Amino acid sequence: MHNNRYTFLYAIGISIVTAIILVLTSENLKPLQEANVALDNKKNILKSVLVNSEEREVVESQYNSSVEEMVLNSAGEIQENLNVDDVDMKKEVAKEPSERNLPLYVYTAEDGNKSYVIPLRGVGLWGPIWGYISVKDDFNTVKGAFFDHKGETPGLGAEIAETPFQQQFEGKMIYNDEGEFVSVNVMKATQKADIDSENRVDAISGGTITSNGVDEMIANCVKPYLTYFEKLKSN
Amino acid sequence: MAEVVEKEKKEPLFSKKNLQVIKDPLDDNNPVTVQVLGICSALAVTVQVKPALIMSLGVIFVSAFSNLIVSMLRKSIPTRVRIIVQLIVVATLVTIVDQVLKAYMFDVSKKLSVFVGLIITNCIIMGRLEAFALGQKPWPAFLDGVGNGIGYGIILVAVAFFRELFGAGSVLGFKVIPQWFYDHGYVNNGLMVLPPAALFLIGIYIWVQRSRNQKLVNVS
Repeated sequence: MHNNRYTFLYAIGISIVTAIILVLTSENLKPLQEANVALDNKKNILKSVLVNSEEREVVESQYNSSVEEMVLNSAGEIQENLNVDDVDMKKEVAKEPSERNLPLYVYTAEDGNKSYVIPLRGVGLWGPIWGYISVKDDFNTVKGAFFDHKGETPGLGAEIAETPFQQQFEGKMIYNDEGEFVSVNVMKATQKADIDSENRVDAISGGTITSNGVDEMIANCVKPYLTYFEKLKSN
Repeated sequence: MAEVVEKEKKEPLFSKKNLQVIKDPLDDNNPVTVQVLGICSALAVTVQVKPALIMSLGVIFVSAFSNLIVSMLRKSIPTRVRIIVQLIVVATLVTIVDQVLKAYMFDVSKKLSVFVGLIITNCIIMGRLEAFALGQKPWPAFLDGVGNGIGYGIILVAVAFFRELFGAGSVLGFKVIPQWFYDHGYVNNGLMVLPPAALFLIGIYIWVQRSRNQKLVNVS
């Protein structure tokens, strides 16, 4: 039987050794990991405008050549001193809409048509959900959407990250016929509501809370951009 | 408990039959189908073959090296904190695996998500440390870790193979069921992509294994 002193020293010793090993690993791999996260974001932005590429070089070159990044304020003015990488969406969505910094990605297709990609962030059932939704240059039609999540239930809430759910958003409208902003609503297919079919998509059976999270996230995140869109429209 | 009893019969301590140590967990003493350990991750990461393969490699790495390290330290580890020491060793290795995956295989690491971290709680690993590595020399302990990791991996990949084949019509991402089938009314089995399918497949695997291997029938 080892004495107490030995036990304590042993425990302290092994903690320090493993801590050093972990610090070294993490520090050495950090640049690669950050590059992966950045690349993943770019890939997801491109996915939301229906451009699917997997290769690192392709994603980088497509992104660099066709996407313009900017940060707006709620008055629809471009904030030159801010970079999209400086904006933490988690903090922004917690603020009042009028105080938010609004990152925007403008995608120019090869035929010159522009799409405006809005980053989204909200909460699902178990944790954060996020994504991108892109609007065509009529500032009404949704071109595409992409969602991801931290830990929604596989097969239920996690379906938001799957293509069939995301494809539903293509061609939907964020304004109704009367020209009011109604967002794209995620609701039960059978739910009776005074909302036209172009303003709604089917929620996921068994994933109600996640679906509601997506619904609120889109409404909450898209609305502050409307001022800027109005501005562009009137020009 | 069955595991300890069984080992005393087939693996006398300090046995020189190292091959037996590595072969045993593949069939006769398979951690998943005989000891029924590690089922949780077997249900979760077997929708496709690729994540299952990577997960298996992760588990093989962790179980082999945690066995090796614990076996090397076994004489110095204070008995009263041995579980914690084992846990630290396992957790360190798992964190390294997780970090490496994030750096070099980001897509896979996103798919495996929490399950890489959960290798720490995989009963197979702690079980082997307690039952084997603490009482064995480093080399047999290492082989035992590799064997059990592979034993786990075989089941994972086998289950994933059938789930991906019938659930998505592909294997390792390549379409294997021709479009012709779909044109004539073939439909992917939706159940296969849900966790219960893994349970059914593991059940079938155990069934087949027991009907072929009489030793197992007598054990239970």
